[in-house]
Amino acid sequence: MSPFLLPASSDPIRPAGGGAGGGGGIRIEVDGLAVDGLAGQTIAGVLLGSGTLAWRTTSKNARPRGVFCGIGVCYDCLVVVNGQRDVRACQRRAADGDAVSTQYDVLPVVAEGPGDAPTATSAPHAEGDARA
Amino acid sequence: MPDVLIIGAGPAGLAAARAARRVGAAVTLLDASDELGGQYWRHLPASRPAERENLLHHGWSTFTALRAELEADTGCTIVRGANVWAIETREGRPGAVFVVVGEPDGANREQRVFEPDALVIATGAYDRTLPFPGWELPGVFTAGAAQALAKGERVAIGSRVLVAGAGPFLLPVAASLAATGSTVVGVYEANRVKALMAGWLPKPWQVLRAAKKGGELGGYVLNHLQHRIPYRLGTAVVRAEGTDRVESVTLASVDALWAPIPGTERTVAVDAVCVGHGFTPRLELAIAAGCALDGDDFVGVDEQQQTSIPSVYAAGEITGIGGVDAALAEGEIAGHVAAGGSVLDAALRPAVAHRRTYRSFGRRIEDAHGVRAGWRGWLTDDTVVCRCEEVTYGALRGAATATGGESLRSIKLASRAGLGICQGRVCGRTVEDVLDSLSPGHSDGPRSAAEDRVRTDRRPIALPLRLGELADEPTLS
Ligand SMILES: Cc1cc2nc3c(=O)[nH]c(=O)nc-3n(C[C@H](O)[C@H](O)[C@H](O)COP(=O)(O)OP(=O)(O)OC[C@H]3O[C@@H](n4cnc5c(N)ncnc54)[C@H](O)[C@@H]3O)c2cc1C
Ligand code: FES
Repeated sequence: MSPFLLPASSDPIRPAGGGAGGGGGIRIEVDGLAVDGLAGQTIAGVLLGSGTLAWRTTSKNARPRGVFCGIGVCYDCLVVVNGQRDVRACQRRAADGDAVSTQYDVLPVVAEGPGDAPTATSAPHAEGDARA
Repeated sequence: MPDVLIIGAGPAGLAAARAARRVGAAVTLLDASDELGGQYWRHLPASRPAERENLLHHGWSTFTALRAELEADTGCTIVRGANVWAIETREGRPGAVFVVVGEPDGANREQRVFEPDALVIATGAYDRTLPFPGWELPGVFTAGAAQALAKGERVAIGSRVLVAGAGPFLLPVAASLAATGSTVVGVYEANRVKALMAGWLPKPWQVLRAAKKGGELGGYVLNHLQHRIPYRLGTAVVRAEGTDRVESVTLASVDALWAPIPGTERTVAVDAVCVGHGFTPRLELAIAAGCALDGDDFVGVDEQQQTSIPSVYAAGEITGIGGVDAALAEGEIAGHVAAGGSVLDAALRPAVAHRRTYRSFGRRIEDAHGVRAGWRGWLTDDTVVCRCEEVTYGALRGAATATGGESLRSIKLASRAGLGICQGRVCGRTVEDVLDSLSPGHSDGPRSAAEDRVRTDRRPIALPLRLGELADEPTLS
């Protein structure tokens, strides 16, 4: 009852190098756990192919999200890749050895009282990332 | 010899590149992806080639011929991984085009600026999916996502999948899912037979016959589709249920305006659902370039595919939803004229005729399948409308009331709808619809004549960038 990668051996279009034992295997790490994929898959493809449906946690309601649009438009699928935040998993091809972590940007906690600056436990798009 | 820059390597951009080369222009073709083909010809990457890729596509040989010709042509520079993020508006000619080249959302990407003599914008479209309660659950996808994952990854979104929404696109999506190992429990089209008959075909399933003529689906998928997958009209997904993922969806019969009919609800167990109600053009670059929109919020073009800005052309889904054949014909015309040819040249006659045929086909599809206002009947106050900022329908209506519903800007600022990281790409048209329905006379409404009325497609930066990249000096290409 999950998303899955169609094994090359049963695929009518006969892709090369797929499947267990075939060429083109890669391994990435997702929150410290090894996940196997195929060269050329996107990070979302590797995650979905391994049966994972959701990875991001939303800021406001702390709800799970994964792929929605699949083509780089919705930004639901964001992950951290090798320390780089806000990478669209459906757009970035996975490279062997990539360290992926799931993203949860807690909303800034607005301090009570006038004049106090908002504080953030983990501000979205910190560390010099600007999102217009 | 003019320099022609083409943005987008889908069917429209590829056809434009070939036509411009045939007239003799120097061509640069940019696409954000590292593979050519756009949405339509999305395929397994070069590292995982498939022997029989053609099974999943209409006109695969048209694509491979285009690709081979352009790749072999030293007069055509193809830049992959090229994200165009801004275009200057310049009176009377194309402005500078700003590009970052590199991995998607990567760091330290290369910055480039192009100053072409002529520009062809062919950025295509993406799914429009109307919100419904539970659509934010994992396991709910756009129809395009199901298609992109099936074609580009050979990943099936689930084992029991329901396909719903509106438009003929749902059928190839169901076919691809079946060819990727999913059981498709049904295809549910919101429109009724009457609307479909008035709009396009006496029998909607004739689209399957048209598909068969193309021969691309492979007999067994077609068989599967025709014999095992129910295709139901006048039915919509009105809710998705589940705790941390979709577990079931509720269908309801809908009337001619898509309003759910009470008492007709039924629940179906699924592990994934994909929904699409049509397409939204990717307009931001055309708008940035100064191109005027037409009355339907597509890029307005004349017979030569020229926009309101001289030497700036547009082709494909950004000028209207017409399908791949319209995109190919328009691209060919745009590229030919951008390179200095005339729309009256004999070489363009077939393309001009095709454009006429497929555009009218596109209009009939829109008449038959276009979004109808009754869909708001399946919204509840706690339905998430803006997925990024998690703004509910109730909050949006509250903001409209609180601000007097005067303008899109005020309702967005008050509710935060459309202000999240996708910059309103997903909910923009929905927020506009809601505001238009609540207060038809507002200053950004469809009836407003204001030149600068705010629509959600107006985005200062077409792709989110990193601050560091904005600060870097670009190189002029
Ligand atoms: C996910 C998806 C799947 C689809 N699958 C089918 C299908 O199977 N069958 C069907 O009949 N129709 C399908 N469609 C409809 C499809 O849009 C058209 O049939 C056809 O692809 C339109 O061609 P186009 O050249 O106008 O645009 P597209 O094919 O969309 O090509 C546009 C290109 O522009 C590029 N681009 C956009 N913005 C930028 C930017 N800022 N910088 C650089 N490059 C950019 C994109 O990467 C893309 O390659 C699909 C649509 C979507 C959204
Ligand atoms: S799923 Fe929409 S951007 Fe990746």
